[in-house]
Formats: sequence, structure tokens, C-alpha cells
Amino acid sequence: MIRLDTPDPFGIYSNPVGHWFVVVIAMLLLAFVLITATAYVVFFERIALGWMQRRPGPNRVGPGGFLQLAADGVKGLFKEGFAPVGVDRVLFVVAPGIAVASVLLGWAVIPVGIWGSITYWISDLNIGILLVLAVSSMNVYAIMLGGWASNNKYSLLGGMRAAAQLISYEMAMGLSLVPVFLIVGSLRLQDIVGFTVHWGPYSGPIPLLLLAPVSFLIYLVAAVAETNRAPFDLPEAEQELIGGFLTEYSGFRFFMFYLAEYLGVLTQSTLIALLFFGGWYLPLIPGAIALFIKVVLLVFIFIWLRGTLPRLRYDMLMRLGWKALLPLGIANVLVTSILVVLLS
Amino acid sequence: MSVFSDVAALLVGLKTTLGETFKPHVTVQWPEEKSVRSERYRGRHYLRRYDNGLERCIGCELCAAACPVGCILVIAAENTAENRVSPGERYAKVYEINMLRCIFCGYCEEACPVQAIVLGPEYELSNVSREQFIYTKEMLLEPSPQQPPLYAGKKSQH
Repeated sequence: MIRLDTPDPFGIYSNPVGHWFVVVIAMLLLAFVLITATAYVVFFERIALGWMQRRPGPNRVGPGGFLQLAADGVKGLFKEGFAPVGVDRVLFVVAPGIAVASVLLGWAVIPVGIWGSITYWISDLNIGILLVLAVSSMNVYAIMLGGWASNNKYSLLGGMRAAAQLISYEMAMGLSLVPVFLIVGSLRLQDIVGFTVHWGPYSGPIPLLLLAPVSFLIYLVAAVAETNRAPFDLPEAEQELIGGFLTEYSGFRFFMFYLAEYLGVLTQSTLIALLFFGGWYLPLIPGAIALFIKVVLLVFIFIWLRGTLPRLRYDMLMRLGWKALLPLGIANVLVTSILVVLLS
Repeated sequence: MSVFSDVAALLVGLKTTLGETFKPHVTVQWPEEKSVRSERYRGRHYLRRYDNGLERCIGCELCAAACPVGCILVIAAENTAENRVSPGERYAKVYEINMLRCIFCGYCEEACPVQAIVLGPEYELSNVSREQFIYTKEMLLEPSPQQPPLYAGKKSQH
């Protein structure tokens, strides 16, 4: 939906049929844009990782390799969707769907600024960020069910790891956002993005990173863990678990897990941009371009971490989650609460 | 404190990868670029000629004897006054190398008493059928200085 300054531009929202028509069109458009963007996140990652390893990355299909993902996608779609003997048929097929659905659902409440005060959003929920946290955690069900249904010990271990990892990080992730809520006083993503300060002569939007830097660090670490990417890709763990929960997946179902992972990167990058970097506000630059720049830089951070850090050992991951991030998150909430009370 | 040294180590790693990102790539973009091969590289074989156009090969079959995989076939014939192909008594009437068997060890080159067979720098030898990997004498022999080049003649046929 396009939000204009007038709350109901053509009287269309008061008409229930028209309202749903607009919403469905908006959702389809968003899904199309997201899946295309996800393909280019994969492309960006392959190029960036290549450059970090002093090689050019894919550059053969299309100009500069730009159509590599189209070629890979077509190849993947036409591959046989093999299922080994003894899999739980229903869960084996449903799990990749849950993976994609859980990351796509988060976009129901993520607003995207286009130009000036024009904003693109599907639903303007007053507890938007909670919904994003809730549905993005559902991704673990996909991994867990896929790993269990595969009838393979490596897959099962990968699924168990995903569940244990989620428990370790979800608390820190939720806690890291509490200071943001305390400062802004709202759970609506639009309010968090539009947060403005009145500091003496300056009055306008500022990135919340300046007010809650510790929150940003905790959230970044937790977001990497949430998307199951290096250095927290223990559920996948190619070296010791032969691909973990992905071991028995191939063809289209594998691609759906793959799509879910990179869509997760895109979702978390956009969320971080909205929460900590002021979303689509940059001086002199139109909203869509400003948000694009921020999201690309954040996606690059995800790739950069993957290109640099080796995978954590399992006990290290647990220690980091429970003994470092969680206490730090609680201390962060306490200090921010005291400061908010004192300064207000 | 160990936490700070850990974080410092992490930042050093991130700085290293970011530094590497903008250095020139080391990839050789084959087939547009070819890697540099040493002078001693052992690739596709050639049968050489003398400067006056006579073939060096005297049909002695020492290369075939030296070949550990037996990929060389030489059938010699006598030189006659009206048909002189090489300076010696005999010349190679048939000279074939099965490139699928060849292991590019270079023993043929070492065994040859007249330096007739040499291994050149070419390594892109892929083909579409097994028969085409049997390199005949016409393919192996370097073009005669008195004759038009071998490949120029072949191209005109197409």
C-alpha cells in the first residue's frame, strides 16, 4: 500500500473489497521484489566473497555474471526433488515451505520509505517489531522438522543444533531491542524509523545507533545467529555435519531453504537499517535510495563476517549466548531504563 | 582482559579480509587469458623439420620403445633418391600418437636421437570423439618452409 499524507486517498480503504484488492496486489508486488532482491543478495555474496579471496566470482553468464542466478535458478527448479527412503513425507515437503513463509511473513509489517513521506507497507501494526521477531523465529521449526523428517542422523543433529542455538540467541535478541522501545516508546516500526530528537538547535531524525550502540552490537550478533549464517552456521556445518539439515534436500526444496536463508539476511539487514540507522532517512537522498544504500552495506557486513570468521565450536556458541550476550543485554536494558527515567 | 583481546583479534581479521577485497585478482580468465607456461612445459607433440624442409624423423622407433604407455606408432619406410623425405636411410611413413593414452612424460623427446619429436606449449587438446585424439603425422609435423602452412590449407577447405 502506498501511504500518502491523507489517510484515505481515494476512499479505497473504507471499501472492504477494494481494500483487500489493494493489499493483495501490494503483497504480490512485495513478494516479487523480495525474491528478485534475494537472488541478487546471493549474487552479491558470491562476488564479495570472491573478491575477499582475490578472485572475481561468477562473471560468465550475462554482463558481469549478472544472470548467473537466473541460470542457477532454472537449473535448480528442473532438478529431481529426491526424497530418500524412510523420510516423513509430509514434514519433508512442508519444512521448506515453512522456512520461506516464516521469513516472508516478517515483511507484512516492515515499511519501506519510497520518497518523502510516501511509504510502502502491507500492514501498519502497532506491535510490528514483535510480529517480526515472532515469525522469524518460526524459521527454526522448518530446520528442526526438515532435519527430523530426513531420516538421517546428520540432518537430525543439524536440526537439534538449530533449536539449541535459537534458544541461546532469541533471549538476547529480544532483550537487545528493549532499550530501543524504551527510547522510542513504541513498537511500531514506522514510529521507530520516524524517531526524532529535539537537542537544542538540532531537531530531526537521528539513527538510534547513537543512542543504543550496545543494542546494535547484540542485535547484529543475534541476527547472524538467527539467519544461521557463518560464524553461527552450526545447523548447516558442511565440514562436520555434511550440510546438516540440508543433507537430504535437493532440487526445488533445497532452493527454498536457500531462498529462506538469503531472504532472512535481507530481512534482518532491513530491520537493522530501520531500527538502528534511521531507515530511509538520509539528508538530501530520496527514501528508497537511502534505504537501499543502508541495506546493501548491512548485507555486506553479513557477507564480510562470513568471509572472515571460522565457525564457532558448539560450546563457544552456548557460552557466547548465555554468558556474554544475555547478561550484556540485561545490563543494557537496566542502564538504558535508568537513563531514560533520569533524562525525561 | 581476554574479552578485549578477543574483540581486537576479530577486528584484525575483518580488517584483513576488507584489505584483500580491493587487491587485484589472481584468477587467470581462461580462455581470454592464458597462463604463462615455462619453456620446458610438456604439452602437445610436434615433429620438427630441418631448415631445408627435410623431416628430422628417421623412423628409428626409439620414441615408441621409450614410451611407457605405448601410445606412439611408427612405421618406417626407406628413403629413395627420387623420394627423399629425411636425410637418413629411412623416414617415418606413419607416425601416430594416441593423445588419450599419452601421459606427457617427455621420454619420447629424450629418446629421440635427432630431436625430431618435441613437446610444445599447447595444452588445450579437448575434442569430441575418441578417434580425433589419434594425432596423425600430418597433424604433428610442423609445416614445411617450402609449402604453404598446414592450417592455412585446411581452412581453405571449409
